[in-house]
Amino acid sequence: MSDVQLQIFMDRIQQGQKIESTDWMPDDYRKLVIKQIHMHGISEVMGAYPEKEWVPKAPNLRRKLALIAKVQDEIGHGQLLLRVAEDAAKPFGKVRDDMITDLFVNKVKFHNVFHMEAPTWADAGIIGFLVDGGAIITQASLLESSYGPYARVLQRICAEESFHMQHGESVVLSLAEGTAEQREMLQAAVTRWWPSMMFFFGPPEMSSGAQRMMEYKIRTRTNEELRQKFINRYVPRVLSLGMTLPDNQLAYHAETKLWTYTEPDWEKFSYMVQHNSGPKSQARIELRRQAHEDQKWVRDAMIRAGQVIEAMA
Amino acid sequence: MNQAEQQLSNNYRTALIDLLYQMADDELTIGHRSSEWLGIAPDLEEDIAFSSISQDEVGHATFYFELLSELGEGDPDKLAFARTKEKRQNARVLERPNHDWAYTIARGYFYDVFDHIRLQELLQTNYTPLQKGVQKILREERYHLLHMETWFERLGVAKGEAKGRLENAVITIWPDLTDLFSLGRSNEILRKEGIFPISESALSDKWTQQVKPLFDRTELMWPGTPHVMTGNGRLGVHTSDLQQLLDMMTEVYRSDLIATW
Repeated sequence: MSDVQLQIFMDRIQQGQKIESTDWMPDDYRKLVIKQIHMHGISEVMGAYPEKEWVPKAPNLRRKLALIAKVQDEIGHGQLLLRVAEDAAKPFGKVRDDMITDLFVNKVKFHNVFHMEAPTWADAGIIGFLVDGGAIITQASLLESSYGPYARVLQRICAEESFHMQHGESVVLSLAEGTAEQREMLQAAVTRWWPSMMFFFGPPEMSSGAQRMMEYKIRTRTNEELRQKFINRYVPRVLSLGMTLPDNQLAYHAETKLWTYTEPDWEKFSYMVQHNSGPKSQARIELRRQAHEDQKWVRDAMIRAGQVIEAMA
Repeated sequence: MNQAEQQLSNNYRTALIDLLYQMADDELTIGHRSSEWLGIAPDLEEDIAFSSISQDEVGHATFYFELLSELGEGDPDKLAFARTKEKRQNARVLERPNHDWAYTIARGYFYDVFDHIRLQELLQTNYTPLQKGVQKILREERYHLLHMETWFERLGVAKGEAKGRLENAVITIWPDLTDLFSLGRSNEILRKEGIFPISESALSDKWTQQVKPLFDRTELMWPGTPHVMTGNGRLGVHTSDLQQLLDMMTEVYRSDLIATW
Protein backbone atom coordinates (compact mmCIF):
# COMPACT_ATOMS: atom_id res chain seq x y z
CA MET A 1 0.00 0.00 0.00
CA SER A 2 1.42 3.34 -0.97
CA ASP A 3 0.83 6.53 0.96
CA VAL A 4 -0.74 7.99 -2.15
CA GLN A 5 -3.24 5.13 -2.37
CA LEU A 6 -4.18 5.60 1.28
CA GLN A 7 -4.48 9.36 0.83
CA ILE A 8 -6.85 8.90 -2.12
CA PHE A 9 -8.90 6.45 -0.06
CA MET A 10 -9.12 8.82 2.91
CA ASP A 11 -10.08 11.66 0.58
CA ARG A 12 -12.94 9.57 -0.76
CA ILE A 13 -14.10 8.90 2.80
CA GLN A 14 -13.89 12.62 3.62
CA GLN A 15 -15.90 13.50 0.52
CA GLY A 16 -18.64 11.13 1.68
CA GLN A 17 -18.12 8.66 -1.15
CA LYS A 18 -19.20 5.05 -0.62
CA ILE A 19 -16.57 2.32 -0.63
CA GLU A 20 -17.55 -0.85 -2.52
CA SER A 21 -16.36 -4.36 -1.72
CA THR A 22 -14.25 -4.52 -4.89
CA ASP A 23 -12.61 -1.11 -4.35
CA TRP A 24 -9.12 -0.85 -2.97
CA MET A 25 -9.18 -0.36 0.79
CA PRO A 26 -6.63 -0.63 3.58
CA ASP A 27 -6.67 -4.01 5.34
CA ASP A 28 -7.38 -2.18 8.54
CA TYR A 29 -10.59 -0.75 7.05
CA ARG A 30 -11.65 -4.09 5.65
CA LYS A 31 -11.10 -5.84 8.98
CA LEU A 32 -13.13 -3.24 10.86
CA VAL A 33 -15.95 -3.49 8.31
CA ILE A 34 -15.99 -7.29 8.59
CA LYS A 35 -15.91 -7.17 12.38
CA GLN A 36 -18.79 -4.69 12.56
CA ILE A 37 -21.05 -6.46 10.05
CA HIS A 38 -20.21 -9.94 11.30
CA MET A 39 -21.14 -8.94 14.84
CA HIS A 40 -24.28 -7.19 13.60
CA GLY A 41 -25.34 -10.19 11.49
CA ILE A 42 -24.79 -12.72 14.26
CA SER A 43 -26.65 -10.44 16.68
CA GLU A 44 -29.66 -10.44 14.34
CA VAL A 45 -29.65 -14.22 14.21
CA MET A 46 -29.25 -14.52 17.98
CA GLY A 47 -31.90 -11.84 18.38
CA ALA A 48 -34.43 -14.26 16.96
CA TYR A 49 -34.25 -16.52 20.01
CA PRO A 50 -35.72 -14.48 22.88
CA GLU A 51 -38.89 -13.96 20.84
CA LYS A 52 -38.88 -17.39 19.28
CA GLU A 53 -39.64 -18.63 22.80
CA TRP A 54 -42.92 -16.69 22.67
CA VAL A 55 -44.07 -17.59 19.16
CA PRO A 56 -45.76 -20.85 20.24
CA LYS A 57 -47.44 -19.02 23.14
CA ALA A 58 -48.62 -15.85 21.42
CA PRO A 59 -52.09 -15.29 22.86
CA ASN A 60 -54.16 -14.69 19.72
CA LEU A 61 -54.03 -15.31 15.98
CA ARG A 62 -52.96 -11.78 15.07
CA ARG A 63 -50.10 -11.74 17.58
CA LYS A 64 -49.00 -15.19 16.52
CA LEU A 65 -48.77 -14.13 12.87
CA ALA A 66 -47.00 -10.89 13.69
CA LEU A 67 -44.44 -12.54 15.92
CA ILE A 68 -43.62 -15.27 13.39
CA ALA A 69 -43.12 -12.55 10.79
CA LYS A 70 -40.92 -10.52 13.11
CA VAL A 71 -38.65 -13.42 14.04
CA GLN A 72 -38.45 -14.26 10.32
CA ASP A 73 -37.28 -10.70 9.63
CA GLU A 74 -34.51 -11.03 12.23
CA ILE A 75 -33.22 -14.20 10.60
CA GLY A 76 -33.56 -12.45 7.24
CA HIS A 77 -31.47 -9.51 8.46
CA GLY A 78 -28.86 -11.96 9.69
CA GLN A 79 -28.85 -13.61 6.28
CA LEU A 80 -28.46 -10.29 4.42
CA LEU A 81 -25.75 -8.99 6.73
CA LEU A 82 -23.72 -12.19 6.76
CA ARG A 83 -23.77 -12.15 2.95
CA VAL A 84 -22.41 -8.60 3.02
CA ALA A 85 -19.77 -9.62 5.56
CA GLU A 86 -18.88 -12.67 3.48
CA ASP A 87 -18.37 -10.48 0.42
CA ALA A 88 -16.09 -8.14 2.35
CA ALA A 89 -14.17 -11.15 3.70
CA LYS A 90 -13.60 -12.69 0.29
CA PRO A 91 -9.88 -11.71 0.10
CA PHE A 92 -9.39 -13.52 3.44
CA GLY A 93 -11.13 -16.66 2.17
CA LYS A 94 -13.69 -16.53 4.97
CA VAL A 95 -17.22 -17.76 4.17
CA ARG A 96 -20.58 -17.63 5.95
CA ASP A 97 -20.18 -21.04 7.46
CA ASP A 98 -17.00 -19.85 9.23
CA MET A 99 -18.83 -16.78 10.46
CA ILE A 100 -21.56 -18.89 12.04
CA THR A 101 -19.17 -21.39 13.61
CA ASP A 102 -17.15 -18.51 15.08
CA LEU A 103 -20.05 -18.15 17.47
CA PHE A 104 -19.52 -21.62 18.92
CA VAL A 105 -15.87 -20.94 19.71
CA ASN A 106 -16.48 -17.48 21.12
CA LYS A 107 -14.79 -15.67 18.24
CA VAL A 108 -17.70 -13.35 17.59
CA LYS A 109 -19.81 -11.47 20.12
CA PHE A 110 -23.47 -10.63 20.00
CA HIS A 111 -25.48 -7.82 21.58
CA ASN A 112 -25.88 -7.90 25.34
CA VAL A 113 -29.66 -7.75 25.16
CA PHE A 114 -29.87 -11.19 23.52
CA HIS A 115 -28.07 -12.83 26.45
CA MET A 116 -30.94 -11.87 28.75
CA GLU A 117 -34.04 -13.75 29.83
CA ALA A 118 -37.48 -13.03 28.41
CA PRO A 119 -39.62 -14.71 31.05
CA THR A 120 -43.07 -13.25 30.27
CA TRP A 121 -45.24 -12.25 27.32
CA ALA A 122 -44.54 -8.64 28.30
CA ASP A 123 -40.86 -9.25 27.54
CA ALA A 124 -41.83 -10.28 24.02
CA GLY A 125 -43.49 -6.86 23.65
CA ILE A 126 -40.73 -4.89 25.38
CA ILE A 127 -38.09 -6.41 23.12
CA GLY A 128 -39.89 -5.02 20.08
CA PHE A 129 -40.59 -1.73 21.81
CA LEU A 130 -37.22 -0.99 23.44
CA VAL A 131 -34.63 -3.24 21.79
CA ASP A 132 -35.85 -2.72 18.24
CA GLY A 133 -36.44 0.91 19.13
CA GLY A 134 -32.78 1.14 20.20
CA ALA A 135 -31.62 -0.78 17.17
CA ILE A 136 -33.41 1.68 14.88
CA ILE A 137 -31.43 4.55 16.40
CA THR A 138 -28.11 2.73 15.93
CA GLN A 139 -28.93 1.45 12.47
CA ALA A 140 -30.36 4.70 11.19
CA SER A 141 -27.04 6.33 12.07
CA LEU A 142 -25.24 3.60 10.11
CA LEU A 143 -27.15 4.52 6.95
CA GLU A 144 -24.40 7.14 6.57
CA SER A 145 -21.70 4.45 6.72
CA SER A 146 -18.82 4.83 4.29
CA TYR A 147 -19.08 1.13 3.40
CA GLY A 148 -21.65 1.15 0.58
CA PRO A 149 -22.99 -2.43 0.74
CA TYR A 150 -23.64 -2.06 4.48
CA ALA A 151 -25.40 1.28 4.11
CA ARG A 152 -27.63 -0.09 1.35
CA VAL A 153 -28.66 -3.27 3.12
CA LEU A 154 -29.48 -1.19 6.18
CA GLN A 155 -32.15 0.71 4.28
CA ARG A 156 -34.30 -2.36 4.12
CA ILE A 157 -33.40 -3.45 7.63
CA CYS A 158 -34.36 -0.07 9.11
CA ALA A 159 -37.71 -0.13 7.32
CA GLU A 160 -38.48 -3.54 8.79
CA GLU A 161 -37.24 -2.63 12.26
CA SER A 162 -39.74 0.18 12.37
CA PHE A 163 -42.54 -2.37 11.82
CA HIS A 164 -41.07 -4.37 14.69
CA MET A 165 -41.10 -1.37 16.93
CA GLN A 166 -44.76 -0.75 16.05
CA HIS A 167 -45.55 -4.39 16.76
CA GLY A 168 -43.79 -4.13 20.13
CA GLU A 169 -45.58 -0.89 20.89
CA SER A 170 -48.93 -2.47 20.08
CA VAL A 171 -48.29 -5.43 22.43
CA VAL A 172 -47.08 -3.05 25.13
CA LEU A 173 -50.10 -0.75 24.73
CA SER A 174 -52.52 -3.65 25.14
CA LEU A 175 -50.81 -4.59 28.38
CA ALA A 176 -50.66 -1.00 29.61
CA GLU A 177 -54.40 -0.61 29.01
CA GLY A 178 -55.14 -4.04 30.44
CA THR A 179 -55.70 -5.61 33.84
CA ALA A 180 -53.68 -4.91 36.98
CA GLU A 181 -51.76 -8.16 36.39
CA GLN A 182 -50.94 -7.18 32.82
CA ARG A 183 -49.66 -3.77 33.92
CA GLU A 184 -47.60 -5.41 36.63
CA MET A 185 -46.11 -7.81 34.10
CA LEU A 186 -45.27 -4.86 31.84
CA GLN A 187 -43.69 -2.86 34.64
CA ALA A 188 -41.52 -5.84 35.61
CA ALA A 189 -40.35 -6.18 32.01
CA VAL A 190 -39.54 -2.45 31.72
CA THR A 191 -37.55 -2.64 34.95
CA ARG A 192 -35.76 -5.76 33.75
CA TRP A 193 -34.74 -4.36 30.34
CA TRP A 194 -33.83 -0.77 31.12
CA PRO A 195 -30.25 -1.35 32.46
CA SER A 196 -29.55 -3.62 29.46
CA MET A 197 -30.70 -0.83 27.16
CA MET A 198 -28.33 1.63 28.85
CA PHE A 199 -25.47 -0.79 28.13
CA PHE A 200 -26.73 -1.54 24.60
CA PHE A 201 -25.07 1.54 23.03
CA GLY A 202 -21.67 0.88 24.61
CA PRO A 203 -19.52 2.86 27.06
CA PRO A 204 -19.12 6.66 26.66
CA GLU A 205 -15.37 6.11 26.43
CA MET A 206 -15.11 4.29 23.12
CA SER A 207 -12.62 1.52 22.34
CA SER A 208 -9.75 2.20 19.96
CA GLY A 209 -11.48 0.00 17.34
CA ALA A 210 -14.67 2.03 17.64
CA GLN A 211 -12.67 5.25 17.34
CA ARG A 212 -10.99 4.04 14.18
CA MET A 213 -14.41 3.16 12.80
CA MET A 214 -15.38 6.78 13.37
CA GLU A 215 -12.26 8.00 11.55
CA TYR A 216 -13.13 5.77 8.61
CA LYS A 217 -16.78 6.82 8.88
CA ILE A 218 -17.81 3.17 9.01
CA ARG A 219 -19.89 4.59 11.82
CA THR A 220 -20.51 8.24 12.40
CA ARG A 221 -22.09 8.66 15.84
CA THR A 222 -20.61 8.14 19.27
CA ASN A 223 -22.06 5.67 21.74
CA GLU A 224 -23.14 8.51 23.99
CA GLU A 225 -24.90 10.41 21.18
CA LEU A 226 -26.93 7.30 20.38
CA ARG A 227 -27.77 6.61 24.00
CA GLN A 228 -28.89 10.20 24.57
CA LYS A 229 -31.14 9.97 21.56
CA PHE A 230 -32.67 6.75 22.90
CA ILE A 231 -33.26 8.15 26.38
CA ASN A 232 -34.74 11.30 24.93
CA ARG A 233 -37.14 9.30 22.79
CA TYR A 234 -38.11 6.55 25.22
CA VAL A 235 -38.34 8.17 28.65
CA PRO A 236 -41.50 10.10 27.71
CA ARG A 237 -42.93 7.07 25.89
CA VAL A 238 -42.47 4.75 28.87
CA LEU A 239 -43.82 7.31 31.32
CA SER A 240 -46.87 7.93 29.14
CA LEU A 241 -47.71 4.21 29.46
CA GLY A 242 -48.07 4.83 33.20
CA MET A 243 -44.87 2.88 33.85
CA THR A 244 -41.87 3.95 35.89
CA LEU A 245 -38.16 3.62 35.08
CA PRO A 246 -35.73 2.06 37.54
CA ASP A 247 -33.35 5.03 37.59
CA ASN A 248 -33.66 7.96 40.01
CA GLN A 249 -30.80 9.80 38.26
CA LEU A 250 -32.77 10.23 35.05
CA ALA A 251 -33.15 13.92 34.39
CA TYR A 252 -33.05 16.23 31.40
CA HIS A 253 -30.85 19.29 31.57
CA ALA A 254 -32.05 22.04 29.30
CA GLU A 255 -28.75 23.94 29.37
CA THR A 256 -26.68 20.98 28.05
CA LYS A 257 -29.61 19.31 26.25
CA LEU A 258 -28.39 16.07 27.79
CA TRP A 259 -29.83 13.49 30.14
CA THR A 260 -28.16 12.26 33.28
CA TYR A 261 -28.66 8.59 34.04
CA THR A 262 -27.28 5.87 36.25
CA GLU A 263 -24.49 4.10 34.47
CA PRO A 264 -25.12 0.41 33.93
CA ASP A 265 -22.66 -2.04 35.44
CA TRP A 266 -20.19 -1.81 32.56
CA GLU A 267 -17.92 -4.48 33.93
CA LYS A 268 -20.67 -7.00 34.54
CA PHE A 269 -22.26 -6.61 31.10
CA SER A 270 -18.89 -6.53 29.27
CA TYR A 271 -17.82 -9.71 31.01
CA MET A 272 -21.12 -11.34 30.06
CA VAL A 273 -20.76 -10.43 26.38
CA GLN A 274 -17.08 -11.41 26.27
CA HIS A 275 -17.61 -14.77 27.96
CA ASN A 276 -21.16 -15.60 26.90
CA SER A 277 -22.02 -15.93 30.56
CA GLY A 278 -25.43 -14.25 30.60
CA PRO A 279 -28.51 -16.07 31.90
CA LYS A 280 -29.47 -17.26 28.40
CA SER A 281 -26.17 -17.06 26.46
CA GLN A 282 -25.35 -20.74 26.44
CA ALA A 283 -28.90 -22.01 25.88
CA ARG A 284 -29.30 -19.78 22.83
CA ILE A 285 -25.88 -20.59 21.39
CA GLU A 286 -26.89 -24.22 21.82
CA LEU A 287 -30.01 -23.61 19.68
CA ARG A 288 -27.86 -22.17 16.93
CA ARG A 289 -25.46 -25.10 17.26
CA GLN A 290 -28.40 -27.50 16.88
CA ALA A 291 -29.52 -25.68 13.76
CA HIS A 292 -26.06 -25.58 12.26
CA GLU A 293 -24.24 -28.72 13.35
CA ASP A 294 -27.03 -31.23 14.03
CA GLN A 295 -28.44 -30.47 10.61
CA LYS A 296 -25.28 -30.51 8.61
CA TRP A 297 -26.60 -33.77 7.14
CA VAL A 298 -29.38 -31.82 5.44
CA ARG A 299 -27.05 -29.31 3.83
CA ASP A 300 -24.67 -32.11 2.77
CA ALA A 301 -27.60 -34.02 1.28
CA MET A 302 -28.65 -30.98 -0.73
CA ILE A 303 -25.18 -30.68 -2.23
CA ARG A 304 -25.25 -34.38 -3.21
CA ALA A 305 -28.79 -34.14 -4.56
CA GLY A 306 -27.80 -31.12 -6.62
CA GLN A 307 -24.98 -33.11 -8.18
CA VAL A 308 -27.22 -36.10 -8.91
CA ILE A 309 -29.91 -33.93 -10.50
CA GLU A 310 -27.33 -32.03 -12.55
CA ALA A 311 -25.83 -35.31 -13.78
CA MET A 312 -29.29 -36.54 -14.83
CA ALA A 313 -30.07 -33.37 -16.77
CA MET B 1 -77.80 -10.63 3.11
CA ASN B 2 -74.81 -12.88 2.67
CA GLN B 3 -74.92 -16.63 2.45
CA ALA B 4 -73.83 -17.12 6.07
CA GLU B 5 -76.84 -15.16 7.30
CA GLN B 6 -79.29 -16.93 5.03
CA GLN B 7 -81.43 -19.69 6.34
CA LEU B 8 -79.27 -22.72 5.72
CA SER B 9 -80.82 -26.09 6.41
CA ASN B 10 -79.66 -27.69 9.63
CA ASN B 11 -77.98 -30.52 7.78
CA TYR B 12 -76.15 -28.15 5.46
CA ARG B 13 -74.99 -25.92 8.29
CA THR B 14 -73.74 -28.74 10.49
CA ALA B 15 -71.82 -30.37 7.65
CA LEU B 16 -70.29 -27.09 6.49
CA ILE B 17 -69.24 -26.21 10.03
CA ASP B 18 -67.64 -29.64 10.43
CA LEU B 19 -65.64 -29.25 7.25
CA LEU B 20 -64.50 -25.76 8.21
CA TYR B 21 -63.31 -26.98 11.61
CA GLN B 22 -61.32 -29.74 9.91
CA MET B 23 -59.66 -27.21 7.64
CA ALA B 24 -59.09 -24.56 10.31
CA ASP B 25 -57.68 -27.05 12.79
CA ASP B 26 -55.46 -28.70 10.16
CA GLU B 27 -53.95 -25.37 9.16
CA LEU B 28 -53.52 -24.00 12.69
CA THR B 29 -51.92 -27.21 13.93
CA ILE B 30 -49.46 -27.57 11.05
CA GLY B 31 -48.81 -23.81 11.10
CA HIS B 32 -47.93 -24.02 14.77
CA ARG B 33 -45.64 -26.98 14.18
CA SER B 34 -43.98 -25.27 11.21
CA SER B 35 -43.28 -22.20 13.31
CA GLU B 36 -41.38 -24.36 15.79
CA TRP B 37 -38.59 -24.49 13.19
CA LEU B 38 -38.03 -20.75 13.54
CA GLY B 39 -34.38 -20.12 14.23
CA ILE B 40 -33.38 -23.78 13.98
CA ALA B 41 -34.02 -24.78 10.35
CA PRO B 42 -31.11 -26.38 8.44
CA ASP B 43 -29.96 -23.06 7.01
CA LEU B 44 -30.93 -19.41 7.15
CA GLU B 45 -32.63 -19.41 3.75
CA GLU B 46 -34.84 -22.34 4.71
CA ASP B 47 -35.61 -20.73 8.03
CA ILE B 48 -37.03 -17.77 6.15
CA ALA B 49 -38.92 -19.92 3.63
CA PHE B 50 -40.45 -22.13 6.31
CA SER B 51 -41.50 -19.11 8.27
CA SER B 52 -43.41 -17.78 5.26
CA ILE B 53 -45.14 -21.14 4.97
CA SER B 54 -46.14 -21.14 8.63
CA GLN B 55 -47.49 -17.61 8.29
CA ASP B 56 -49.59 -18.68 5.31
CA GLU B 57 -50.93 -21.64 7.27
CA VAL B 58 -51.88 -19.62 10.34
CA GLY B 59 -53.37 -17.05 7.97
CA HIS B 60 -55.52 -19.69 6.27
CA ALA B 61 -56.63 -21.01 9.65
CA THR B 62 -57.65 -17.47 10.55
CA PHE B 63 -59.73 -17.23 7.37
CA TYR B 64 -61.57 -20.50 8.15
CA PHE B 65 -62.15 -19.45 11.77
CA GLU B 66 -63.61 -16.20 10.45
CA LEU B 67 -66.01 -18.15 8.22
CA LEU B 68 -67.02 -20.18 11.27
CA SER B 69 -67.52 -16.99 13.18
CA GLU B 70 -69.85 -15.69 10.44
CA LEU B 71 -71.80 -18.90 10.85
CA GLY B 72 -72.38 -18.06 14.50
CA GLU B 73 -69.64 -20.19 16.06
CA GLY B 74 -68.14 -17.28 18.00
CA ASP B 75 -64.96 -15.25 18.12
CA PRO B 76 -62.15 -16.59 15.86
CA ASP B 77 -59.48 -16.29 18.58
CA LYS B 78 -61.71 -18.16 20.99
CA LEU B 79 -62.20 -20.89 18.41
CA ALA B 80 -58.45 -21.14 17.92
CA PHE B 81 -57.43 -20.97 21.57
CA ALA B 82 -60.28 -22.02 23.85
CA ARG B 83 -61.48 -25.31 22.36
CA THR B 84 -60.38 -28.46 24.18
CA LYS B 85 -58.59 -31.33 22.53
CA GLU B 86 -61.84 -33.30 22.09
CA LYS B 87 -63.37 -30.46 20.06
CA ARG B 88 -60.48 -30.30 17.60
CA GLN B 89 -60.94 -31.90 14.19
CA ASN B 90 -57.45 -31.81 12.69
CA ALA B 91 -55.88 -34.96 11.29
CA ARG B 92 -53.73 -36.64 13.90
CA VAL B 93 -50.52 -36.67 11.89
CA LEU B 94 -50.41 -32.87 12.03
CA GLU B 95 -50.28 -32.75 15.82
CA ARG B 96 -47.20 -34.96 16.03
CA PRO B 97 -43.94 -33.27 17.02
CA ASN B 98 -41.58 -32.25 14.19
CA HIS B 99 -38.98 -34.95 14.85
CA ASP B 100 -36.20 -34.31 12.35
CA TRP B 101 -36.11 -32.43 9.04
CA ALA B 102 -36.92 -35.59 7.05
CA TYR B 103 -40.08 -36.21 9.11
CA THR B 104 -41.11 -32.57 8.78
CA ILE B 105 -40.65 -32.64 5.01
CA ALA B 106 -42.38 -36.00 4.51
CA ARG B 107 -45.36 -34.98 6.64
CA GLY B 108 -45.46 -31.56 5.01
CA TYR B 109 -45.43 -33.12 1.56
CA PHE B 110 -48.13 -35.71 2.35
CA TYR B 111 -50.34 -33.07 3.92
CA ASP B 112 -49.81 -30.49 1.19
CA VAL B 113 -50.73 -32.98 -1.54
CA PHE B 114 -53.90 -33.77 0.40
CA ASP B 115 -54.70 -30.13 1.11
CA HIS B 116 -54.12 -29.19 -2.51
CA ILE B 117 -56.61 -31.85 -3.65
CA ARG B 118 -59.11 -30.72 -1.01
CA LEU B 119 -58.80 -27.10 -2.12
CA GLN B 120 -59.12 -27.94 -5.81
CA GLU B 121 -62.29 -29.90 -5.10
CA LEU B 122 -63.59 -26.96 -3.12
CA LEU B 123 -63.49 -24.80 -6.24
CA GLN B 124 -66.78 -26.64 -6.94
CA THR B 125 -68.36 -25.96 -3.55
CA ASN B 126 -71.72 -24.23 -3.51
CA TYR B 127 -70.78 -22.23 -0.40
CA THR B 128 -69.58 -19.02 -2.07
CA PRO B 129 -67.61 -17.45 0.83
CA LEU B 130 -65.49 -20.59 1.02
CA GLN B 131 -65.14 -20.91 -2.74
CA LYS B 132 -63.85 -17.35 -3.04
CA GLY B 133 -61.29 -17.78 -0.25
CA VAL B 134 -60.08 -21.06 -1.68
CA GLN B 135 -59.18 -19.42 -4.98
CA LYS B 136 -56.72 -17.17 -3.18
CA ILE B 137 -55.46 -19.84 -0.79
CA LEU B 138 -54.72 -22.20 -3.68
CA ARG B 139 -52.30 -19.67 -5.12
CA GLU B 140 -50.22 -19.87 -1.91
CA GLU B 141 -50.58 -23.60 -1.34
CA ARG B 142 -49.16 -24.31 -4.79
CA TYR B 143 -45.83 -22.93 -3.59
CA HIS B 144 -45.96 -24.92 -0.35
CA LEU B 145 -46.54 -28.09 -2.32
CA LEU B 146 -43.74 -27.31 -4.77
CA HIS B 147 -41.41 -26.56 -1.86
CA MET B 148 -42.19 -29.79 0.00
CA GLU B 149 -42.09 -31.89 -3.13
CA THR B 150 -38.67 -30.52 -4.09
CA TRP B 151 -37.29 -31.21 -0.62
CA PHE B 152 -38.79 -34.69 -0.51
CA GLU B 153 -37.32 -35.62 -3.87
CA ARG B 154 -33.91 -34.19 -3.05
CA LEU B 155 -33.68 -35.95 0.31
CA GLY B 156 -34.52 -39.15 -1.55
CA VAL B 157 -32.04 -38.82 -4.41
CA ALA B 158 -29.26 -37.71 -2.05
CA LYS B 159 -29.19 -41.30 -0.74
CA GLY B 160 -27.13 -42.02 2.38
CA GLU B 161 -28.23 -40.64 5.73
CA ALA B 162 -30.86 -38.39 4.15
CA LYS B 163 -32.63 -41.25 2.43
CA GLY B 164 -32.39 -43.42 5.54
CA ARG B 165 -34.03 -40.70 7.58
CA LEU B 166 -36.70 -40.22 4.92
CA GLU B 167 -37.49 -43.95 4.97
CA ASN B 168 -37.80 -43.88 8.75
CA ALA B 169 -40.06 -40.86 8.53
CA VAL B 170 -42.36 -42.61 6.04
CA ILE B 171 -42.61 -45.66 8.33
CA THR B 172 -43.43 -43.46 11.33
CA ILE B 173 -45.96 -41.31 9.51
CA TRP B 174 -47.80 -43.98 7.54
CA PRO B 175 -50.05 -45.40 10.31
CA ASP B 176 -51.01 -41.83 11.24
CA LEU B 177 -52.31 -40.99 7.78
CA THR B 178 -55.69 -42.72 7.76
CA ASP B 179 -57.82 -39.98 9.25
CA LEU B 180 -56.32 -37.42 6.90
CA PHE B 181 -58.82 -38.67 4.31
CA SER B 182 -61.74 -38.84 6.72
CA LEU B 183 -64.46 -36.24 6.29
CA GLY B 184 -65.77 -36.91 9.77
CA ARG B 185 -69.36 -37.40 10.77
CA SER B 186 -70.77 -35.28 7.92
CA ASN B 187 -69.10 -37.27 5.18
CA GLU B 188 -72.27 -38.20 3.23
CA ILE B 189 -74.07 -34.91 3.74
CA LEU B 190 -71.14 -32.86 2.50
CA ARG B 191 -71.47 -34.50 -0.90
CA LYS B 192 -75.24 -34.58 -0.98
CA GLU B 193 -75.50 -30.88 -0.14
CA GLY B 194 -72.89 -29.86 -2.72
CA ILE B 195 -70.44 -28.54 -0.14
CA PHE B 196 -67.64 -30.98 -0.94
CA PRO B 197 -67.93 -32.99 -4.14
CA ILE B 198 -65.92 -36.17 -3.67
CA SER B 199 -65.89 -39.13 -1.30
CA GLU B 200 -63.24 -40.13 1.22
CA SER B 201 -62.06 -43.01 -0.93
CA ALA B 202 -61.81 -40.79 -4.01
CA LEU B 203 -59.73 -38.34 -1.95
CA SER B 204 -57.43 -41.11 -0.85
CA ASP B 205 -57.11 -42.45 -4.42
CA LYS B 206 -56.24 -39.07 -5.86
CA TRP B 207 -53.63 -38.65 -3.15
CA THR B 208 -52.06 -42.03 -3.92
CA GLN B 209 -51.98 -41.21 -7.63
CA GLN B 210 -49.90 -38.12 -6.88
CA VAL B 211 -47.65 -39.41 -4.15
CA LYS B 212 -46.76 -42.86 -5.46
CA PRO B 213 -44.88 -41.66 -8.58
CA LEU B 214 -42.56 -39.63 -6.36
CA PHE B 215 -41.85 -42.75 -4.30
CA ASP B 216 -40.93 -44.50 -7.54
CA ARG B 217 -38.75 -41.64 -8.74
CA THR B 218 -36.82 -41.56 -5.46
CA GLU B 219 -36.73 -45.37 -5.22
CA LEU B 220 -38.61 -45.41 -1.93
CA MET B 221 -40.63 -48.49 -1.03
CA TRP B 222 -44.36 -47.84 -1.30
CA PRO B 223 -45.92 -49.07 1.96
CA GLY B 224 -49.39 -49.63 0.42
CA THR B 225 -52.47 -47.49 0.84
CA PRO B 226 -52.87 -46.43 4.46
CA HIS B 227 -55.93 -48.25 5.78
CA VAL B 228 -55.85 -49.31 9.42
CA MET B 229 -57.64 -46.53 11.30
CA THR B 230 -55.87 -46.01 14.62
CA GLY B 231 -58.09 -43.16 15.76
CA ASN B 232 -59.98 -40.44 13.96
CA GLY B 233 -58.93 -36.86 14.67
CA ARG B 234 -61.91 -35.67 12.61
CA LEU B 235 -64.08 -37.10 15.40
CA GLY B 236 -62.03 -35.47 18.14
CA VAL B 237 -59.94 -38.52 18.97
CA HIS B 238 -56.41 -37.21 19.45
CA THR B 239 -53.04 -38.15 20.87
CA SER B 240 -51.35 -36.67 23.93
CA ASP B 241 -49.16 -34.72 21.47
CA LEU B 242 -52.11 -32.44 20.75
CA GLN B 243 -52.65 -31.83 24.45
CA GLN B 244 -49.02 -30.80 24.82
CA LEU B 245 -49.29 -28.53 21.80
CA LEU B 246 -52.43 -26.90 23.21
CA ASP B 247 -50.93 -26.49 26.68
CA MET B 248 -48.06 -24.59 25.10
CA MET B 249 -50.14 -22.62 22.60
CA THR B 250 -52.72 -21.43 25.12
CA GLU B 251 -50.43 -20.74 28.09
CA VAL B 252 -50.70 -16.95 27.91
CA TYR B 253 -54.29 -17.02 26.61
CA ARG B 254 -55.43 -19.16 29.56
CA SER B 255 -53.65 -16.98 32.12
CA ASP B 256 -56.52 -14.50 31.78
CA LEU B 257 -59.44 -15.46 29.59
CA ILE B 258 -61.07 -12.05 29.47
CA ALA B 259 -57.95 -9.91 29.11
CA THR B 260 -57.12 -8.25 25.79
CA TRP B 261 -53.67 -9.18 24.61
